[in-house]
This record gives sequence, structure tokens and C-alpha cells, in this order.
Amino acid sequence: MTKKKTAKWVHKDLLGLEYLSKEDIELILDTAESFREILDRKIKKVPALRGKTVVNLFYEPSTRTRVSFEVAAKRLSADVINIAVESSSVKKGETLNDTGKNIEALKADIIVVRHNCSGAATMLARNVNISVINAGDGWHEHPTQALLDMFTLRGKLGKLEGLNVSIVGDIAHSRVARSNIWGLTKFGANITVCAPKILIPPGIEKMGVKITDNIDEALGNADAINVLRMQFERDDMKAFPSQLEYFKNFGITEERLKKAKKDIIIMHPGPINRGVEISSEVADGTNSVILEQVTNGIAVRMAVLFWVSQAKL
Amino acid sequence: MKLIIKNGHVIDPANKIDEVIDILVEGEKIFKIARAIDAKAETVIEAAGKIVMPGIVDMHVHLREPGREDKETIFSGTKAAAKGGVTSVLAMPNTLPSLDSMGIIKTLKDIIKKTANVDVFICGAITVGRLGKELTNISVLKKEGIIAISDDGASVDNDELMLKALKEAKKEKLVVVCHSEDKSLSGQGVVNFGFTSTRLGLKGISKESEYKRVGRDIKLAEESGAAVHIAHVSCAESVEIIRKAKKNGIKVTAETAPHYFSLNEEDLLGYNTNMKINPPLRTKDDVLSIIEGLKDGTIDAIASDHAPHTESEKEIEFEYAEFGSIGLETELAVSITEIIGKSLLTWGGLVEKISLNPAKILGIDKGTLGSGKDADIIIVSPEKEWVVRKEYLVSKSKNSAFIGRKLRGIVEYTICKGNIVYKSN
Repeated sequence: MTKKKTAKWVHKDLLGLEYLSKEDIELILDTAESFREILDRKIKKVPALRGKTVVNLFYEPSTRTRVSFEVAAKRLSADVINIAVESSSVKKGETLNDTGKNIEALKADIIVVRHNCSGAATMLARNVNISVINAGDGWHEHPTQALLDMFTLRGKLGKLEGLNVSIVGDIAHSRVARSNIWGLTKFGANITVCAPKILIPPGIEKMGVKITDNIDEALGNADAINVLRMQFERDDMKAFPSQLEYFKNFGITEERLKKAKKDIIIMHPGPINRGVEISSEVADGTNSVILEQVTNGIAVRMAVLFWVSQAKL
Repeated sequence: MKLIIKNGHVIDPANKIDEVIDILVEGEKIFKIARAIDAKAETVIEAAGKIVMPGIVDMHVHLREPGREDKETIFSGTKAAAKGGVTSVLAMPNTLPSLDSMGIIKTLKDIIKKTANVDVFICGAITVGRLGKELTNISVLKKEGIIAISDDGASVDNDELMLKALKEAKKEKLVVVCHSEDKSLSGQGVVNFGFTSTRLGLKGISKESEYKRVGRDIKLAEESGAAVHIAHVSCAESVEIIRKAKKNGIKVTAETAPHYFSLNEEDLLGYNTNMKINPPLRTKDDVLSIIEGLKDGTIDAIASDHAPHTESEKEIEFEYAEFGSIGLETELAVSITEIIGKSLLTWGGLVEKISLNPAKILGIDKGTLGSGKDADIIIVSPEKEWVVRKEYLVSKSKNSAFIGRKLRGIVEYTICKGNIVYKSN
């Protein structure tokens, strides 16, 4: 507990969990806990970010992350502007850096950026003086998703240390997987990634995870399982076995869960593909915390917005 | 016009010179190398404490003219060369249009004559438009003065066509510079395939895509008997394949670039697009293998692969950014820092890699300081340190992978054919 008191936020940006310390993450999770309580109040608003402007700059379609950031910013009394790729000058060929500098010139305080290219948030952060929060960049990181996953786990199980967490699905193309691995391993959680071999990226064991392509093994002694969305619409998934076959071999079903711990926690970053990576019964069942994750996401993003706005520039 | 360089430590491996000695230049040529030359000269350069060596022969340079003068021109590129101690460059043919016809080479020669600050040699294209479909008229290009052929930036995928090109090159006594990359394996990759590509969330370029094609190019070298030169060797497996080929007496030479022995894939963790290079920066182990290859002679030459790109092509998302780094102004200092500084080679050894061997490979009478040779001489302060800054760079493009790095060794004078083409301030 002494650590909490000495913890200090020094980051202008939140680009990924790889770049945060355990103490940084604890600070966000603890702060999120106090913000979480606000969401159950009658008047769900505090003035922490009054007078600040948050710009959601989204180069990829996303409803849930964008709305979650918007709600989070509004609960903190910030002004929120949403820029989606279709409605901005981006399509006319303005570069990401130019767009960022223009947003800065408009005197915004925080840019929340979602981009299809890995490293886009990092590049933007290097080129503007205002804060940048990575809302997902390519296959690289999705730090606020991992933070809300960790917040949910900590809330349910009281700690992260020593937990057995399995991440199942398209690990190779998943920013959610990477951020979860960076974050959870800092707390000494034991991570297993489970996917068909072609969806395991090279060298991932160096991140301190176990690899398996056997779903029963991944479920074996897991305290929690994070089920990733399978994107069969991707171009490079054409060579991949059918959805049906994937579901047969890796889908999370009630049948499979019989062999797992009784109170195993089922997480999913959404949006879920029912009957592809998870059955409806499991998604809606008692082990599922999928909707709690959505609510927790607001609290975690409030904490992130709060701390980056506190960073001394 | 006479010029004397006095009291410099002269390194000239071709003539086994490694001592403090004077050089007298008359007109375009070296007149005499001797102790304490006592002659009247218009220019006397005091070089005590300095290294005096043959000008660098950089056999892998993209000057971008004609076609992409927004990136670099013959004038700006050779100005950067002069600043970096480079007195001869081989201009690669991936211009717009490609250097694939008599007309374009005539035009280029004219621009070189009018604007070049150092000697520019021309590498013609192997195939028309560098498209890998139809051979250029190599004998005609040779008559226009090209000294090598390459489809650099691309590899001729068709084995039969490549073999035909090699046979033609042999007949014309031209070296074939191979960009050994199997695109069907490297695909849309942007960084080395492995933990780093996973960590960055970027598509990987496997080493296989390089070394398999190196293997093919060497096999065709053996079959044709042509002089094959493997460009920008980046990985351990390629070094090993070349080593074996040389042992078996196959006529093959190889070059690497300074970034392959000084940087590795982990330098990319901040998504610095200036370090997005093809072939990509590899692992620390590969760097060690490249160094081993330089030491044991498997890799004959160091060349910059100077690849200028505008800011709007580089200061963008990593996946969208162009491949390549400029290198003319830093290649000597990076080599001094990494190779001399870490005692991997002697000065004589470095001069062989960077001046003498490239000249030999290209068949040009450069890279030595013998009397009667072209007076291409550079004078270097070997210990002086400097930090690479964008604003120091004279190349038209500023995309250097070494920006921010502290390097050792500054070029004080560059003399090309008896003319001082660069003098430091």
C-alpha cells in the first residue's frame, strides 16, 4: 500500500502497456476503482476534466471503444469531439501528423487515436505536444482494453498475481492479446496463448507466455479466459479452416467448460461472434463478465484520461 | 596545379602503405608518394595526426535523377558524397525512367558531366523497366559506358532470364549486382520476421526471402561463370552461403551496408521509419555474422545503399513509409566507429572494404594512392566525435537512420581528381 502513495504519473501519453511499470498500472486501476463508483451515482459526473477538450480521432470503424471514451470523457466533464475517417480531411490525403498538429492548434488537450497501422499512435505522440491515448493501433497494442480486462479480473478475484489466464484466438493479429500479455506478466500472472499454429506470432514465448494449440489444455487450470474475436473477413484468413471448424476445435462451449474450473471467468473484448469463437450460452452464462467489462471500460478510460491530463508537459 | 599533403598517416593497402608520408598531386593525378617531399605547390595541406586514404568508392547509391529530383539529384547526391569522403559512386538504375536504354544513359551522362561533384559511374538495368520480363540491350548500354548491371530494388525472378542476363554480362565483362530478394516470400513485410515483428505488430520479412535468392543467384553465377555481386547482405545465412561459394571457387563478391553492422531490429522499437530498410535490420546475431563475414573476407565491400526519400514519404505510418536510409554522409564515420573503434579491422582492412575492393569489383582504376593514379584522396580526423543532426545533412533528403547517433571520424578534405571538392569548417 505504501507503493500506491508514492506512485506518480509521468507519462504524457498512453501508447501501450509495454511501456508502463507495474506501479503505473496499479495507479490507473486504483483510480478506476474510485471512478467506477461514480457510474452508479444518480448524477454521474465529476468536474475533473472541466475545460479540457478530448478529440476521438478514429481511422478505423469502432463503436464500442469510441463510445466508451466519449462517455468516460463526458463523465469527467470534458468536451468531446469525434472525428471519423470518412468525415474528415484524412481521405483527401492529409497526413496523420498534419491532422494531429491541426487538432493541437485547435487547442485540444488529448487525442484518443484508433488506427489500422501499428505504431500510428507512437508516431502521433512524437509529433504533437498534447497527450495521445492509443485506442488500438494495428496489431500492436490496445492498452485501455487490457487495463479494463485487468480491472475486471482484479475486481472479481481480488488480485492479479499468480492468476492463470488463457488468451484464445487470433493471437497473431491481436493488439488486445499483446497488451494483455505485457500488462498481466508485469503482475506475475501466468499466461497461456491458445490458437491454431498459424495464428501464433513468431517469438511470442519471449513475452513470457506458454503456447498451446489445445483448447482443453488452455482451459485446464485457467482462472480466467479471454476469448478473442475471430476475424474471418480478413484477407489473409482465406487460407484458414472454416468458421465451423474453428468453433469445433477452439470455440468456448458449455461442454468444454465442464472440464474447466467451475468459477472460471469468461472475458471477451467484443463485439462477439456468437457460434464462432464462443457459444451464446457461454457468452450469456453465469461465468461471463462480458457486459461488466463494458461498464468497467468507462471507469478505466476515465482514469487514463485523468492521469494523462495530469502529466506535466 | 600542384597540391601537397604533408605528414598525414597514409593508408593505401594496394601498395601496402601504412605510415606517415607525403603525397604530391599534380593536376588530376598523384605524382609522388614519399617521405618529406620538398616541392613547391599552390596548395599545402598539413595533415599531421590525420588519416589520408583513397576516396571511398561507394558501389550502391541511389541518386534518383532522372525522375525523382525531389528526393535527390546528381548534384545534391554527389555533394553529400563529397562531404562523406566518397569520390566515386555507382548510380543504381531504379530511376524514372529506369536506366535501361541508350537514350536515357546519354541523358544521364550529360547531367553528370554538368553537375556532378565527384565521379559517377552508371549501373544499367538488367531488364526493361526493371520489370523482370525482357532483357535490356546490354551490349549497347555497355558501349554507352555502364560498368555494371542490376535491377536493384527488384530481383529477376525468372531463372532462365537471369541466366541469360548473366551470360550476356560475362560476354560484355560487366559485373551483375544482385538485389537478392524473393518477393513471394517477403511479401508485404516491413521489418525482420521474428520477435520484433511480433512486438511491433508488423508484418515480417523472413531471412529466407533473402538467403534463398542469394543461393539461386550464386548457383546461376556458377552456371554462367559471370561476375556476380550480392548487394546489401543482411543476415547470417546469406553470409554462410557466400562463404561456401567462395570456398568452392565460384566467382562471387558481396557487400554489406553500415546499418547492417551497426544497427539491429531492436532499434526499430520506437517505429523510426528512417530505419525501415530493405532488407530489414536483422537480429543481434546477424550483426555478429556480418562482422565475421567482413573480417574473414566473405563480405568484400561496404556500400551505403544511399536511398533518399522525402519527408512526406517517411514521416508517415510505418507500414506506408518507403524503405531506405541515406548513407553517403555517414558511412565512413559509422565504419570508423564500429569497425576501427571496436578493433574489428585495421585501417588498411577498412580501406580495402570501402575503397579498394569496390573499385576492383567494378573494374575501375580507383581505390589506391599509387603514383599515376587519379588523385582521389580524403583526409580524415579519425578521433573527432560528432552527433548526426538533420540540419547538418547536405543530401536533399534527410532520412538518415543515424540521426541522433554519436559517431567518430570527420572528413576534413575530399579531393577528387586533384580538386578539393569538400573541405570541413
